[in-house]
Amino acid sequence: MSEVKKVATRVGFGNALVKLGEKRDDFLVLDADLAAATQTGMFKKAFPERFYDCGIAESNMMGIAAGIAATGKKVICSSFAMFAAGRAFEQVRNSIGYPHLNVIIGATHAGISVGEDGATHQCCEDIALMRTIPGMTIINPADETEAMKAVEAALEIDGPVYMRFGRLAVPVIFGDDYKFEVGKGVELKDGSDVTIIATGLMVNEALEAYELLKEEGINARIINMHTIKPLDKDIVIKAAKETGAIVTAEEHSVIGGLGSAVSEVLCEEYPVPVVKLGVYDVFGHSGPAPKLLDEFGLRAVNIVEKAKKAIAMKK
Amino acid sequence: MDAALKEQLEITACKVRMGIIEGVHSAKSGHPGGSLSVAEILTYLYFVHMNIDPKNPKMENRDRLVLSKGHAAPALYSVLANRGYFDTSLLTTLRQIGSILQGHPDMKHIPGVDMSTGSLGQGISAAVGMALSAKHFGQNYKVYAVLGDGEIEEGQVWEAAMFAGNKGLSNLTAFVDYNNLQIDGTIEEVNSACPIDKKFEAFNWHTIVIDGNDFEQIEKALKEAETVDKPVAIIAKTVKGKGVSYMENAVNWHGAAPNDELYEQAMSELKAALAKMQ
Repeated sequence: MSEVKKVATRVGFGNALVKLGEKRDDFLVLDADLAAATQTGMFKKAFPERFYDCGIAESNMMGIAAGIAATGKKVICSSFAMFAAGRAFEQVRNSIGYPHLNVIIGATHAGISVGEDGATHQCCEDIALMRTIPGMTIINPADETEAMKAVEAALEIDGPVYMRFGRLAVPVIFGDDYKFEVGKGVELKDGSDVTIIATGLMVNEALEAYELLKEEGINARIINMHTIKPLDKDIVIKAAKETGAIVTAEEHSVIGGLGSAVSEVLCEEYPVPVVKLGVYDVFGHSGPAPKLLDEFGLRAVNIVEKAKKAIAMKK
Repeated sequence: MDAALKEQLEITACKVRMGIIEGVHSAKSGHPGGSLSVAEILTYLYFVHMNIDPKNPKMENRDRLVLSKGHAAPALYSVLANRGYFDTSLLTTLRQIGSILQGHPDMKHIPGVDMSTGSLGQGISAAVGMALSAKHFGQNYKVYAVLGDGEIEEGQVWEAAMFAGNKGLSNLTAFVDYNNLQIDGTIEEVNSACPIDKKFEAFNWHTIVIDGNDFEQIEKALKEAETVDKPVAIIAKTVKGKGVSYMENAVNWHGAAPNDELYEQAMSELKAALAKMQ
């Protein structure tokens, strides 16, 4: 079997910007001195006149983006998730979210797979923060293909969009024929014993878990929940009804992320066991990203363990 | 300035002040002090200077104004109503459930409001973004921002100032309402950003210091602003609470509404001033 192609979703983000920039010149791209890392640098190189570096001032960048959007123009601004969602939270809420402006926030280096930079840069709270802002769309692509399609789709959304990308190169799992629709979860594998709802780099782990579970005679349904808000409630409720147990998997705190979003829906609409896999209310630390994913239990084997737990909890 | 225009503007500013007092009194809350101080600035911009159309508030090439000190919303609302964006009768619905007139400016629902503001330090960044957008997309509208002298203690203001200065956004003019008072006391007592003009100059802005309650000086400064190729900061020395005797230079009227008795007093003072002008 040939080696799987691995590309970071942030690279998909950068490539998408360039591709879109070739087709249209009606949007601007902003960064806060991280263009080389966030990959907006690709756009900067291709279209320097449409790129503005705001310097190390993320709060002001969000305000500038809001002002551009308030003049009816499209804008994509980028920084690390920690600074985009964390440092500039209130600017995102008040200057972008409250007036429901068309600003796309391209937040890269999300989660612990940032690696060596350590806890100060490993943002596992961004989905939780952004989810509380009314009218915010949140998209967390699983691979390069999805990242590219998501960026293009985001430009057509009315209102603010928070897009979450990773630093680590992860397997490309979708082909060019992959269909992406904002707000619609994707059933990647059908199954009847348990449903694994995954997002971001955990989607690939979920697909691996599917095979491991199959070997043990467990038939898992796998859902890629690329859009965390608005959440595809229908696909969640259907999975609860048809499989009776849910596992959520995300590279994010178990407080306030995908697991919380799924639980919120199910406890009101169709309660079944929900077992959350994520970062358990701790800070990350420095180390190579793959080892951190092992250490923090964000792997297929961990999903398998949670799936068995969820199945055991069924009545 | 033409004497007739000056007289007309002073009459308008007085009516604007009455609208502020009526609104805040009806709401039983709000910020009269810093609203009264900017009455002349906003009146001049909306009645003389800015390219706007009250009947077409979303006109694409209109000049924009961002009230970065969003708590002066009663002043902006009163100016917009008197200018014809909406009926002046709405002013007494300020801060009430069901009213479009939110406690702080809301661009989604209030005709003429170009940016939602209220959290201090954020409006100026949006104004910078608007000015950048105009330059980038080759549009010739101007962007105005009104900041408070307390507000500029927020670090974001200086992030915005740095960017605007570096990018040479000559289509941006920011007024600083230098009334010398903020909630906890005088700006010196709290955490003064003075010298304000020197700070903006250090960020590569052109600065002009004026009496911000004087229409002739406002006009002169705005004319000067159009001749420079930098963003312009107009440091406007004003009297907080201007026009209502007991509110003038009184820190306790930053964010308090007059009771019925003091409301009557304020309105009779303003009516007397108006009668004198007319």
